[in-house]
Amino acid sequence: MARALLELLKKTFAGAVLESWSQHGDETAVIEPSRWHDVAAFLKTSSESDMSMLTDLTAVDFPDRNPRFEVVAHFYSLSKGHRVRLKARIGDPAGEHVHIPSLSDLWGSANWLERECWDMFGVVFVGHPDLRRILLYPEFVGHPLRKDYPADRIQPLVEYRDVPAIDKVAPFHHDEGMSFGRQTFDHIGSADGDDPELFPGQKAN
Amino acid sequence: MEPIDQDLYEHEIDLPAEPMLLNVGPAHPAMHGTVRCVMELTGESIVKVDVQVGYLHRGFEKMCERGTWTQVYPYVDRCNYISPMLNNVAFSLACEKMLGIEVPERCQWYRMALGELARMSDHLTCDGAMAMELGAFTPFLWMIKAREMIWDIMEEETGARLTHSFGRVGGMAFPPTAGFKETSRATVDQILKVVEEVERLLLGNRIFLDRLEGVGIVSPEDAISLGWTGPCLRASGVPYDIRKSHPYLKYGEVEFDVPVGQTGDCFDRFMVRIEELKQSARIILQCLERMADSGPVNVDDPRVTLPDKKDVYSTIEGTIRHFKIVMEGLKIPAGEVYSYTEAGNGELGFYLVSDGSGTPYRVRIRPPCFLITSGLERVITGQMIADVVPCFGSLNMIGGECDR
Amino acid sequence: MGELTHGSDQVIGGGASEGIITTRAADLLAWAQKYSLFMYPFVTACCGMEFMAMSSPRYDFSRFGAEAPRFSPRQADLLWVVGTIVQRQAPILRRIYEQMAEPKWVLAFGTCASCGGFYDNYACVAGIDKIIPCDVYVPGCPPRPEAVLDGLMLLMDKIQRGDKRPAVVKPRTDPATDNTHGLVQVRRREPAA
Repeated sequence: MARALLELLKKTFAGAVLESWSQHGDETAVIEPSRWHDVAAFLKTSSESDMSMLTDLTAVDFPDRNPRFEVVAHFYSLSKGHRVRLKARIGDPAGEHVHIPSLSDLWGSANWLERECWDMFGVVFVGHPDLRRILLYPEFVGHPLRKDYPADRIQPLVEYRDVPAIDKVAPFHHDEGMSFGRQTFDHIGSADGDDPELFPGQKAN
Repeated sequence: MEPIDQDLYEHEIDLPAEPMLLNVGPAHPAMHGTVRCVMELTGESIVKVDVQVGYLHRGFEKMCERGTWTQVYPYVDRCNYISPMLNNVAFSLACEKMLGIEVPERCQWYRMALGELARMSDHLTCDGAMAMELGAFTPFLWMIKAREMIWDIMEEETGARLTHSFGRVGGMAFPPTAGFKETSRATVDQILKVVEEVERLLLGNRIFLDRLEGVGIVSPEDAISLGWTGPCLRASGVPYDIRKSHPYLKYGEVEFDVPVGQTGDCFDRFMVRIEELKQSARIILQCLERMADSGPVNVDDPRVTLPDKKDVYSTIEGTIRHFKIVMEGLKIPAGEVYSYTEAGNGELGFYLVSDGSGTPYRVRIRPPCFLITSGLERVITGQMIADVVPCFGSLNMIGGECDR
Repeated sequence: MGELTHGSDQVIGGGASEGIITTRAADLLAWAQKYSLFMYPFVTACCGMEFMAMSSPRYDFSRFGAEAPRFSPRQADLLWVVGTIVQRQAPILRRIYEQMAEPKWVLAFGTCASCGGFYDNYACVAGIDKIIPCDVYVPGCPPRPEAVLDGLMLLMDKIQRGDKRPAVVKPRTDPATDNTHGLVQVRRREPAA
């Protein structure tokens, strides 16, 4: 079903569809970034495809490729039940010029999905009404899901306390705590302290 | 002295008025701890709202790129942490789709049964929390009591009450225990009784109905455009359930109905979940009937399944295989896949990109409640402040899944 | 962060000139405080589910007097930090802590709040003690409600003794399966060949 859709896309947008393939039951088409919006609008409005839902929009970073980023969008049609994946390759190896038209005027889900893509990858969606960070805080510098952002580089908002050696005490010595309900038996056989009788008549060995 | 606005219509008065900004901050009991709504109010009505999420962004997708495929399971567990088994199963199915393997039948029934138990736990918690936030504390306690019974089963099967990390590529971590079927049947019975009691308590209550009916209406067109799936979409009248439309595992062979709402208000979202509890019970009982009592649970594929321990310790092939799978990670051939299942909140999608090594290149979790929360703006604009609580509760925003 | 051997009985708060009446009054006050903790549940993540379970009839922390949630930090004296604290949430946690009035205690519920858990990344704070002082750490991912109740009891013990040192809840061994107590003989059954 979706394979027919790929054929239709290739026919209608001959220059825009750069590659297409099927793998693991998914159909994918690589689109020229400048025609991204046109192809998506066609998918939404045309009666053969009728893609009513933009289910996902994200990016993948391939630092050793040029163009570096691949924006991936998944579409689903409620009436026809078929799916298609569209990709567009943008950006240069330095991570600049990463922009692509926004789909937020076509689907409401594109709003937050594109904001997240901007937040994590730095992909600029041209025409988005409100492109700001969504998962991270505005003071954050950088785009963490890019491969050149080290995973453990923290940018704390609150200065960390300077507590050199926090004295953490071993908990629940046998004579501390509430007098009833003492169930820990670690003290049995230990060098210090007298062992209380566990049960009447029973001694620890 | 007569009041200043006697005999005047509202638009004739020129009183100074500014909209009030109210911050319903992230540390708020009704915001489930991790969502901030900055609202502009006029009187009690909300004119504009800015929903800010990300207060629980734990960097799952980045962390998944640092381990092996099997090490992704703890992360996906903590996505929708009320129904972790559904996340485990979804990720397993995604990896298996990329590998092109199918697990044995016994495992499919087992996954379905555990998954539906997790779904029941999800809906019990959501509806219980919703009732509690409206002031009905007793149904919450009863539903948590029912949830404890499910968690007892999970503890028996997987070893942990929550966040089990039980799924594996090619099967499950361990086969079902001997008492699984009996306990599950008894538990499902008990839970249905609890649900019935809760219905009797809540559904005749005028206050409860008034607070939920007609509040937070979402039209089907809006819901579809926003990418909503799951109970929230079905409550708006769109009968889309992945288990019926694109069956996976053995969902095509069990009988169950899909509850669909009519108006798309909070009450419909509440009732869709109650009805889904009953349908999940039906599915579980059918799975337990059809699940074999013996037989392998993991697929017998040397690329993905860990060998028997006695082989590991006695044969060199077993040792090497064990070593490679654990240390390097199981190798999934290069490529990408998008796999989707019906999780507690809707379509949980996994877009996996593999470069052929044992470490995932990109794990994209398509979170259903991220998109549902993006619709919160549309749901509460125009409502009153007091309506924010049931609206937000009915959307079932799980911070772990929304923010990952 | 090693465990101190319990030899020091340093109790902070006791002055040299304490008579029997003031000690008894302090004891009474501490007894009252420990059995009437008003909690501020700062719930973020998965541990919140175990928190809900703990408040439910099976585990029931209201029998310790610690059930009353007060969603205003001014009225609370025990801050339960339940779940992962991410960098974005850190200023809010700090502000909530600062708004609480003395005497106040903090219980770190779960591994993420105690030490960051397995989130060694750009987003998470590796333990709330980097931001606010903490009294009891309850490890677990998520911890069983019994472990949290252990932590609560430990905290109550500390309140009674005026002990301000932070403590960690240790996992319990199940006495029923430990052969050294002579309680229950558990033998490993030989697998049927």
